[in-house]
Amino acid sequence: MTAVGVEAVGIGKRFGAFAALSGIDMRVRPGTVHGLLGENGAGKSTLVKCLMGYYRADEGSFLVDGREAAISRPADADALGLGMVYQHFTLVPSMTVAENLVIARGQVPAVINWARERAALDEFMGRMPFPVPLDATVGTLSAGERQKTEILKQLYLQRRLLVLDEPTSVLTPQEAEEMLAVMQGLAHGGTATVVIITHKLPDVMRFTDEVTVLRRGRLAGRGATAGLSRSDLTSMMIGEPHAPARPERRGGAEAAIRLAVRRLRTTGGVGQHGLDIASLDVRAHEIVGVAGVSGNGQKELLEVLGGQRPFEGAVTVGGIPYAATRRQSQALHVRVIPEEPLRNGCVPGMSVVDNLNLRLFDQNDGGGSRRWLDAGGMRRRAARMIAGYGIRAASIDAPISVLSGGNVQRCVLARELDGDVALLIVANPCFGLDVKAVAEVRARLMAARNAGCAILLISEDLDEILELADRVVVMRSGRIVHETPAAGADPHAIGAHMLDAHAATPAPALA
Amino acid sequence: MNSVETVLVAMLAGALRVSTPFLFVSLGECLTERAGRINLGNEGVLVLGAMVAYATSYLTGNPWLGVLAAAGAGAALGGLHGLVCALTRVNDVAMGIAILLAGNGIAFFFGKPFVQPSAPGLPGIPFGGWSSVPQVQSALTVSPLFLVGVATAFGMAWMFRAARLGLRLRIVGDSADAARALGLNINRTRLLATMAGSGLAGVGGAFLSLVYPGSWNESLSSGQGLMAVALVVFARWNPVGCLGASMLFGAAGALGPSLQAVGVTSYYYLFYAAPFVLTLAVLVATVRPGRAVRGMPGELSIAR
Repeated sequence: MTAVGVEAVGIGKRFGAFAALSGIDMRVRPGTVHGLLGENGAGKSTLVKCLMGYYRADEGSFLVDGREAAISRPADADALGLGMVYQHFTLVPSMTVAENLVIARGQVPAVINWARERAALDEFMGRMPFPVPLDATVGTLSAGERQKTEILKQLYLQRRLLVLDEPTSVLTPQEAEEMLAVMQGLAHGGTATVVIITHKLPDVMRFTDEVTVLRRGRLAGRGATAGLSRSDLTSMMIGEPHAPARPERRGGAEAAIRLAVRRLRTTGGVGQHGLDIASLDVRAHEIVGVAGVSGNGQKELLEVLGGQRPFEGAVTVGGIPYAATRRQSQALHVRVIPEEPLRNGCVPGMSVVDNLNLRLFDQNDGGGSRRWLDAGGMRRRAARMIAGYGIRAASIDAPISVLSGGNVQRCVLARELDGDVALLIVANPCFGLDVKAVAEVRARLMAARNAGCAILLISEDLDEILELADRVVVMRSGRIVHETPAAGADPHAIGAHMLDAHAATPAPALA
Repeated sequence: MNSVETVLVAMLAGALRVSTPFLFVSLGECLTERAGRINLGNEGVLVLGAMVAYATSYLTGNPWLGVLAAAGAGAALGGLHGLVCALTRVNDVAMGIAILLAGNGIAFFFGKPFVQPSAPGLPGIPFGGWSSVPQVQSALTVSPLFLVGVATAFGMAWMFRAARLGLRLRIVGDSADAARALGLNINRTRLLATMAGSGLAGVGGAFLSLVYPGSWNESLSSGQGLMAVALVVFARWNPVGCLGASMLFGAAGALGPSLQAVGVTSYYYLFYAAPFVLTLAVLVATVRPGRAVRGMPGELSIAR
């Protein structure tokens, strides 16, 4: 058995006055799958970065294979056979898979004999549970394939312990299960111990042997997975015994179509062949979820609806042609919540007040445009939104970029949901938010739907779509390949359509 | 020879001769940018290299020592750029312009005494012995520096593909995160790439003062260094592409003077603009709107 065990003893790490970790003990036994759980900001990433030598722990020590290990640089972790698969990939996008694998080795000859390396790589690929094309440029691979390449890279480097940071967040359910099963096989077969950082409880229950839970930089609990229930884990993670309640869905979709997309085609984007959507409707009182593996046209669809990409075909809102000009979006009450709101939905250097007024700064409250800004009115409007959405900001005149991710998203929600909203277009609204902020954002979206808004929800998180949407459409290669009511929809069937229609055979029964 | 042949031979001569400074500066810039840094200062390095090469050749009587000295002076100035850019929040475009001005200033200051005297130049290698036409013989008299440049272009392309050094350089230039994950020293790699790149640009300057036009004065460079930076974009950061782009540029540059030689005197300035028009046309034809330039290293400050 080559897998090693790792033990953290009393690890503490401070950033200035902020204690990111204090007194963390974690014991990972060799040949097991270990779950490291916690909300965003709980310190999971900080802990593994200390283990990997990116940070230096201020207190405590690590034991590898029972012996104390001095890990002060990434190279030290390398030498001990500890490897990490990051949430943000560390492959070089412009290089091929083969180049990425070879250069990752510690000992690379000064001149690379590609013929010999190729033979060795082909032989290595043949032994692996999942293949990746060696000659493909990494930038052209899907997120799932890139993830697989990251894992292959670690195995190619003969790691004895692998840490995976949120490994399933960009994968379809099939890919995620396949990948986790492979990792479980590797661990139980004694090839490598596996630590998985995650907050997906079903994955934890099914695939881990033991867990360690962190909360606000402290150890909140640990033990064998078999002896813990989901609500045990939830209460350890967020300190409350119950997960936030799901938002209530009231009323059904109306007959009138709010957003109609007909024979939409674009040139360029989604590889080269562009979007090709015959028909897509969103009705009032309805959330339509657009599911798909990232890079299958979701971004292009958002750009078309946001007026950033030329297209052929018809996009109408309430029967009126819509080209996403400021005037049209104001007249038709169309609002957009883009992904990464700080970058795409805010002006980071402008104040909270200004950002909250981006939609309406040039309008009077009763309609009609104005030339001189009404500073007092803008402050009153901002104060109303801040109170209504519970936005926590040290100062409303501070740049919005100093706010936390959850508060930035609250600001964007407040601005976009203010007043009459006929149609809302949302992309990945909960990316990178903690559990409480996620629940709040989803409740706001559901409340807007219940109030009669039509919502197009583009999300890479299938769970989010199944929770919120009334109807689900699946995009693949720029087309809509599947449509189903969300109630009672089978995630595996949807996942099969996300990957390839020909693979849409009945999914195997889950254990 | 008829006029068409005269023009074609002149363009061939341009491709082999005028191209050389473009070739060296664009190869140097290509190397620097593939490591993730922009060095607009290579125009200043070119001028400094020309002065240092001429002065060294005059003082020692050996033009090859001049070439070496130009490379060293270039590497020193590039090293300054590399060191300053490694500091946080230094913009490499702004710093590059400072280096450009510094290079010009240093060259003009120390170069004053060398404008008058005549230094030994680098002799060409005649490849045109088979032809009886003097223009062809002259066009095919190739400077050894051009051959060095061609070898450097292919050598650099090979390095980017099959040498550890080249792959590491590409990682540093394309993804700082990946480089950190592999434990590569980003600042040192970029510093060395900037020094080597500026060394090459200095050799380009040596060609100006020791081969063609073969003298030193303050108006020796007419922006070749800056054009070479643009050629790197044109060549999509590919060293062999830099060779092609430089030769195309050199040939187009010879169009104006040669047309004048055969008696076409109208649209004089228009023909002199041929290389720029050509570059613009090819760029417009090959760039797709709404998409990042293909082949651009991901860590360039203008790519982020």
